[in-house]
Amino acid sequence: MKKKPSLLERTRAYGFLLPCILIFAIFLFYPFFKTIFLSLYKTNKMGQAKLFVGIGNYMDLLTSSSFYNSLKVTLIFVVIVVVGSMAIGLLGAVLCNKAFPGIRAFSTAYALPMAIASSSAAMIFKIILHPSVGILNKLTGLNINWVSDPKYALVCVAILTAWLNSGINFLYFSAGLGNIDESIYERASVDGASPIQQFFHLTLPGLSPIMFYTLVVNIIQAFQSFGQVKILTQGGPGESTNLIVYSIYRDAFFNYRFGSAAAQSVILFVIVMILTLVMFKIEKKGVKY
Amino acid sequence: MEAIHNTAGAVNLKSQAELDALHRVMNAKAKRKKNIRTGGLLAANIVVAIIILLPLLYAVSVALMPSSELFTMDLNVLPKQPTLENFKNALENVPLLKFVLNSFVVAGIITIGQIITCSMAAFAFAFLDFKGKNVIFMLVMATMMIPGEATIISNYLTVSSWGWLDTYQVLIVPYLTSAMGIFLFRQFYMSFPISLYESAKLDGCGNIKFILKILMPLTKSAIGAMAVYTFINAWNMYMWPLLVTGSEAKRTVQIGISMLNSVDAQSITLMIAGVVIIIVPSISIFIVGQKQLIKGMFSGAVKG
Repeated sequence: MKKKPSLLERTRAYGFLLPCILIFAIFLFYPFFKTIFLSLYKTNKMGQAKLFVGIGNYMDLLTSSSFYNSLKVTLIFVVIVVVGSMAIGLLGAVLCNKAFPGIRAFSTAYALPMAIASSSAAMIFKIILHPSVGILNKLTGLNINWVSDPKYALVCVAILTAWLNSGINFLYFSAGLGNIDESIYERASVDGASPIQQFFHLTLPGLSPIMFYTLVVNIIQAFQSFGQVKILTQGGPGESTNLIVYSIYRDAFFNYRFGSAAAQSVILFVIVMILTLVMFKIEKKGVKY
Repeated sequence: MEAIHNTAGAVNLKSQAELDALHRVMNAKAKRKKNIRTGGLLAANIVVAIIILLPLLYAVSVALMPSSELFTMDLNVLPKQPTLENFKNALENVPLLKFVLNSFVVAGIITIGQIITCSMAAFAFAFLDFKGKNVIFMLVMATMMIPGEATIISNYLTVSSWGWLDTYQVLIVPYLTSAMGIFLFRQFYMSFPISLYESAKLDGCGNIKFILKILMPLTKSAIGAMAVYTFINAWNMYMWPLLVTGSEAKRTVQIGISMLNSVDAQSITLMIAGVVIIIVPSISIFIVGQKQLIKGMFSGAVKG
């Protein structure tokens, strides 16, 4: 045993990595390449690759108005979700930045949405938005069928998602505010800067290191929304809420077009990869303020 | 000179009393101003917190309403005759407790499993030397770029070809590790000097004992953060369980609760009661573990 300690040591190291590597290999790397492979084929109903079509599936997507619609609604959705969830998170963080009685309870309230499942939240919003018994129509006196009207359905799903995602943003921004030196506020107060001036000239620039990170994480997360669409709108009315992940799900498990679904998955992957690389690049450079 | 001194002294003497008075006035003013500010902050917080919590508060309110009260044209924010009937019916209509149990088993094993596999991998990356260390680490980090939704179809085809559909392992095994967890633990381990490991080894402490007896106790906050985050995410899983479970016996809460969704419209209150029941565990764990979560996630990130 003492003859080759380095070999033993090395084998040990791989042993410690084995569980992780196995799971990543079977459930991430293998399916990743299999998805690319499938995207080049037409499949049967069992999802077996039957006919090589090359970039045929991609060409079909790029000429399909349904796919462009899916990209368009995803984009609108992502913009509303990201702006909304970051605004809510930032508001909470600013309100909880200075110590006051009860601050812990309020922090918990602002972070709480992160503990709630998209499916549970969707069911609650279903009742809130219900045309006849829902509280929203009753409070506003409107008579709108929120989730069945193509004008409103996407916005409703987006607001629900913004609410869900705001909790973690509150934590990010709170951490970011904690890193800003308190004394700059005192000096600014002495110089007569109003709270609004302080917010725009001190708080926002001070948050810039965490702002970009939060932005990219939020965009990626918004792209992956699924449960709320499945429960609230099923992609409808029409295709007005047919977000890309829902479109993948529908193509694969309702239309049994696994090849086309795989091609859409690859496109989703490319989008997320570009965003992640941007994030790493920004993190490496270190945002200056 | 003397004259100036005298006048200065007089001014001093005279102002001592005035200064005290002024001091008191200013103090009171500052205190009032501070009180007004704190009061304003408190009021703003109350308004915003209520808006944020509104969907949850409304859900609790509807869950306590008799269904006849919901179906009126009147504004009915709070139940007039609160009842626990909905909770009882929800538990009777669907095997909710079975779903809760399934979710606890699945989320619990995923959480413990991730902590074990991630500690092991992070230990290897932080303390051991081996060929290809950097490449393997880069590969692990690269997995963060692959969104789960993009591989879900292939994964579904894989597990169905194994005959794994509708089992516990299909819900658990794919989630037994996480790149984020490995990264978080490694970040903490790197802050320890390598001599910690070497001296432990000299004392005859094996690798596994080193992880269990030294590293884990030293990284409690990271483990706590991981546990809270992982458990909540596993409890809230939706898309994967939707695809791979078909029978009631293996359904998790999030899928099980959608069964209440499809029943007739009269049972809205029942459905919301079910939602409230399944939200309680994840919220409780979040409230209990929030401090731990913040400490573990951000102290590691900031230092690293």
